[in-house]
Amino acid sequence: MFDDTMWAFGRASGIVDLVLLTVAVLGGILTRSGRPLPGIPRFALSLAHRNVSMLAVVFLVLHVATLLLDPYAKLTIADVVVPFAGAEKPFWLGLGTVAFDLLVAVVATALLQRAIGTKAFRAVHWLTYAMWPVAVLHSVFDGTDGTDAWFVVGTVLATAAVLAAVAWRLSHGFLETQSLRGPDRLRAPQRPDAELRRVS
Amino acid sequence: MTVEAMVEPESGAIGVDRLLAAGPDARWAQHATRFGALDAAAAAPTLLAELEASGLGGRGGAGFAAWRKLAATLEAGRRPGARPVVIANGSEGEPLSHKDATLLRHAPHLVIDGLLAAAAAVGASDAYLYAAEPGLEAVRAAAAERADAARIRFVAAPDAFIAGQATAVVNAIENGVALPRDHTRRLSESGLRGRPTLLHNVETLAQLALVARYGAAWFRAVGTADDPGTRLVTIAGDVALPQVLEVAGGTRIAEVLRAAGADTSRLAAVLVGGYHGAWLPADALDAPLSPAGLAPFGAHPGAGVLLALDRTRCGVEATAGIVSYLAAQSARQCGPCRFGLPALAETWNRLAYASHDSGLAARAWELTDTVDGRGACAHPDGTARMVRSAQRVFADDLRLHAHGGCARAAR
Amino acid sequence: MTRLDPRGASPDAPVPAARLHIDWTRCDGRGLCTELLPELLDRDEWGYPIARSLSDRSDVPVPPELEQAALDAVTLCPVIALRLTRR
Ligand code: SF4
Ligand code: SF4
Repeated sequence: MFDDTMWAFGRASGIVDLVLLTVAVLGGILTRSGRPLPGIPRFALSLAHRNVSMLAVVFLVLHVATLLLDPYAKLTIADVVVPFAGAEKPFWLGLGTVAFDLLVAVVATALLQRAIGTKAFRAVHWLTYAMWPVAVLHSVFDGTDGTDAWFVVGTVLATAAVLAAVAWRLSHGFLETQSLRGPDRLRAPQRPDAELRRVS
Repeated sequence: MTVEAMVEPESGAIGVDRLLAAGPDARWAQHATRFGALDAAAAAPTLLAELEASGLGGRGGAGFAAWRKLAATLEAGRRPGARPVVIANGSEGEPLSHKDATLLRHAPHLVIDGLLAAAAAVGASDAYLYAAEPGLEAVRAAAAERADAARIRFVAAPDAFIAGQATAVVNAIENGVALPRDHTRRLSESGLRGRPTLLHNVETLAQLALVARYGAAWFRAVGTADDPGTRLVTIAGDVALPQVLEVAGGTRIAEVLRAAGADTSRLAAVLVGGYHGAWLPADALDAPLSPAGLAPFGAHPGAGVLLALDRTRCGVEATAGIVSYLAAQSARQCGPCRFGLPALAETWNRLAYASHDSGLAARAWELTDTVDGRGACAHPDGTARMVRSAQRVFADDLRLHAHGGCARAAR
Repeated sequence: MTRLDPRGASPDAPVPAARLHIDWTRCDGRGLCTELLPELLDRDEWGYPIARSLSDRSDVPVPPELEQAALDAVTLCPVIALRLTRR
């Protein structure tokens, strides 16, 4: 009975986490654009992105912890950190481990931004774009519900949303300030000769 | 105009030979004959008091009392473990100014004396001299002539307008990048690698070397009560003999200009203090070249640059050219400076050359207010000051330009 | 010695306890601080914060009642361009 509960919670927390990660990624892209949403100012979006990301970490820890306690899952502490060494479906489980490691890196550097500087923070934050698809693959192929119709539909929708957001991210004019600071505005005038022009 | 084109400094009718008294290209022999050696350690205990009594103002641009920085560095140097540093700044990024280059070439030993005296007074273990070539080479050669200058380290300044901004100097010495840095504390508290740092212009230090030798009373014997001593002035633009002159404090601007062969009755305006300075109208040239004398005009001697503008030239065009130059010299680190100065330059160029648009003047005002005070260094502030003075002094010309005419062409 | 820069606060103005320092070399004009401190900051035409006063625009005086909002801005600035200083 206890084991069943563990198993069920492990599954549910994994699915919830996938939703949270998706929202966090979409929110992160929106935040980076610098744009507010109607009725939601920038700082609130930024705050929401941070909080959802933290919540994703919490659920990920729950997901991993319950499966550690669950005898069916046959998960060891080593599997949580070291990818592709698991007993069952080592590759698909390994992807989960990779996603876990990446998320820990991304969130830890985000929390430490002040200490490590914005450049390092940014460099590691790019890993999010690797973390999310890896997490999706793990849930589809390692998850119990991975091939259920509802899960597939949800995953397709989420993937479409993230792909659309990434396409927007890469498009010209993604940054709110881009139009204000367009290339024509950047054209610095040439250095005039220090000699002044004589008029007549 | 190049340094080569400048007339060699000499004492004309108003010239005062103090800094340059050892003669042109003074080596150690001439320096020692004229001034004698300076015992920096012996001068140190009384230097702060003498400096305060002398009333010497900084000669690098901002013009703050020289003793204040020294006192602040001394104070910060009392922190346990603090190892104060002294830096002589001779980078002179201002293209109109040649007085630091002139000083470094003709009186390098006086600069070294000042640097060592300041170092002794604040208990600095390290001393740096930061300047562009060829001035740097001149001081390096001079330092090789004497034993006490062995610990001075020489750092080359790039030829960029903002390379002389205080935090850019520190950054250049620390990281080899002559870009200004963000700062919330004064350099005297936290400068080079967080150490208390005394940064003075090379002329300030040369003057300090004279105060250390001869005392405050001697220093004040020349100049006026509110502008004691002498200052080096670069006279450029529409004068017969562009040159660097050493003049007594409080000398009238017209007199200085005439010493360089200017016909002051032919001038439309004079830019005082360089590209970050302020335009002075022709009818104000009787003002003394001193902080107090120029204050009513929103101007300041700055680094001692006078740019004469003949009345056949257009002040609006001249200003547009300067703003364009300043915009191109932005380090492009700070948004308002990076975007604001080019926008301001574009507006001024259109005011000068293009259009009959009466909205341009308002746009120029707006942009000036936008950039002012919003950068890691004083570049936007200095640009705003110069532009505001142009808006005052060339108000009539600007009105004519707005209607497509230019007053100068008609004269 | 006359001040070169006449924009400083007048000597008899009350000294504010806190100031919001803007590191212009970092600020990317993302506008979060402007939303949190509309009383003190506006946005310029390129998106960068601009103090509503004409002086101390890189070290904006923060009245006590806005200190919390200023702290929020410091925490939420995505590029750590803000700092609350006391003098
Ligand atoms: S204010 Fe301008 S010149 Fe100064 S550091 Fe910033 S970008 Fe560079
Ligand atoms: S929140 Fe930070 S980056 Fe955004 S405008 Fe304010 S200071 Fe600049």
